[in-house]
Amino acid sequence: MKYAFFPGCVARGGTPELYMSTVQVCRGLGIELEEMVSASCTGAGVLQEKNRKLGDTLNARNFALAERIGLPIMTICSTCQGVMSQANKRLREDAGYLAEINEVLAEEGLEYKGTTEVKHLLWILLEDVGVEALKRHVVRSIKGLRIAPFYGCYMLRPSDALGFGERPERQHALETLIALVGAEVVDFPGKSRCCGFPILTINERNSLRMVAKHTGEAKDLGADAMVTPCPLCHLNLDGFQPKAAKQRPTGIDLPILHLPQMLGLAMGMDTEALGLKRNIVSPKKALEKAGVQM
Amino acid sequence: MQVKLKVRRYNPEAENPVAYQQEFTAEVEAYSSVLDALMYLREYVDDSLAVRCSCRGAICGSCGVRINGQATLACKTKVVSVAPHGETITVEPMGNMPVLKDLVTDMKPFWDKVRQVTPWLQPEGLEPEGEYVVPPESMTHLNGVMGCIMCGVCVSDCTALEVDSNFIGPAALAKAYRFAADPRDGESQERLRALNEYGGIWDCTRCMECVEVCPKGVAPMDRIMALREKAMAAGFTNTYGARHAEAFSDSVKEGGRLDETMLAIRTIGFFNVPKLLSMAPVALRALVHRKLPMPSPFHAPIPDVHQVQRIFGRLEKKL
Repeated sequence: MKYAFFPGCVARGGTPELYMSTVQVCRGLGIELEEMVSASCTGAGVLQEKNRKLGDTLNARNFALAERIGLPIMTICSTCQGVMSQANKRLREDAGYLAEINEVLAEEGLEYKGTTEVKHLLWILLEDVGVEALKRHVVRSIKGLRIAPFYGCYMLRPSDALGFGERPERQHALETLIALVGAEVVDFPGKSRCCGFPILTINERNSLRMVAKHTGEAKDLGADAMVTPCPLCHLNLDGFQPKAAKQRPTGIDLPILHLPQMLGLAMGMDTEALGLKRNIVSPKKALEKAGVQM
Repeated sequence: MQVKLKVRRYNPEAENPVAYQQEFTAEVEAYSSVLDALMYLREYVDDSLAVRCSCRGAICGSCGVRINGQATLACKTKVVSVAPHGETITVEPMGNMPVLKDLVTDMKPFWDKVRQVTPWLQPEGLEPEGEYVVPPESMTHLNGVMGCIMCGVCVSDCTALEVDSNFIGPAALAKAYRFAADPRDGESQERLRALNEYGGIWDCTRCMECVEVCPKGVAPMDRIMALREKAMAAGFTNTYGARHAEAFSDSVKEGGRLDETMLAIRTIGFFNVPKLLSMAPVALRALVHRKLPMPSPFHAPIPDVHQVQRIFGRLEKKL
């Protein structure tokens, strides 16, 4: 099982612990990764605000690079996944548009034929590795933990670009994985909402209200931690939680785990190797509940 | 066939006016809609159940509700599509607006926001003797947005409105686009200026909820993105949002991938010292936890960044 690994800007920037834990977990599961070091940013929907064709061309370049080495792309970011899925859909559904974009790529000696699959680690775990194989790797019980899921908008919307038609189970993939590692799922309506990160520097007040609302709601329902497959959500829900906590008289103090950090814990991995000390809201107390020392 | 429904009830005139969930069973056909089931309940089980509806054909936009947590038109939602194995269907009133009774919401805040964007044509020059004539092809980009039936479903599930009632919201912004992008309108510049204010186009989080739930394919968020592009092209570049879009684009162009630290600083503005200082505790915490990304010139570009730069050169529209 081998993938062209697209870590995205944030796992290579503000959330190095996501990169570390992904590499650890994939090694543990026997997933081979070939990192796409020459791949560019997807545009994250922001570039597309100004110029969709430019965004689609940059993504087509990334798809062409993966196509050339004959590997599907693995993402570890909801935003990267969503933006790439949308671009891939537009390119695959419109041969004229693809040809137009290939004209630009041709000048770089590249061509995208439309065959590259783009899959988030979350989907790879459940669909390619498989539930039974994963269960065999779960060696540490985190049974006492109550974990709330938080998807990140682009892992859920627009649903027609994310393959939900053929794979409706993707809509509950995070809950499936939480249950699979032995933790209890804390379901709450905020799991599918926006974390506020896209407007952090534009309207910080609203952004922090979103952080406080979602983390506070999960905390009130008894969650010990939250897990997200999106580093952008993580930056906001974790990094800005101390600031957002001022909105609640009781504070928040809800650790936010990256998806591979949660899985790595259940696979018995060392907390240091999973970068858990780099999380802003310390998961120490929550992990003690599951008998894991940091 | 029978279908089980869990309906959110609320009667402001009750002795103890608190909302609660009530379970019902309705007799429906295999082809019935959730609205058919609700109408059955009102006719045969509990005539105090308040539901708003009219056309039953997804034309009038009256029956917006939340079904299993997501806003939609009850008439357009088949029972079998949301409860294929006989699951209980949860029906609640729409969000982000006050509830009048049971499933009926007060649409006044919705209409107030639509009125806020001056939702009528303001042509310039002398009035023609006949109609305002434009080539049909200059109007095709408005076909989608003119399909809006003002049902409020997008407003119900808007994540920005959820935390800030001042936000104009997706329906009104889609309506604003409908006129700002109309070739006959003479007030586009003024419209775009107003939409750049607090509560306008830049407060959308791009969460796509409105695109996902809209029953008519209006895709309000796409219209908001088009308004942003128009506003920047019209010279409204001195906003956090416009600076963010430009700094993001420059960052990808320069290094192939984002320089997050510089993106934040450039969006906030180099000389906006109070706001930069307010970010200092967050940056310090990130530094202590060894996760503050190094900004330029330490931010290394990707190999082959010249390819990305040439693509930009060919396709970039300068502001």
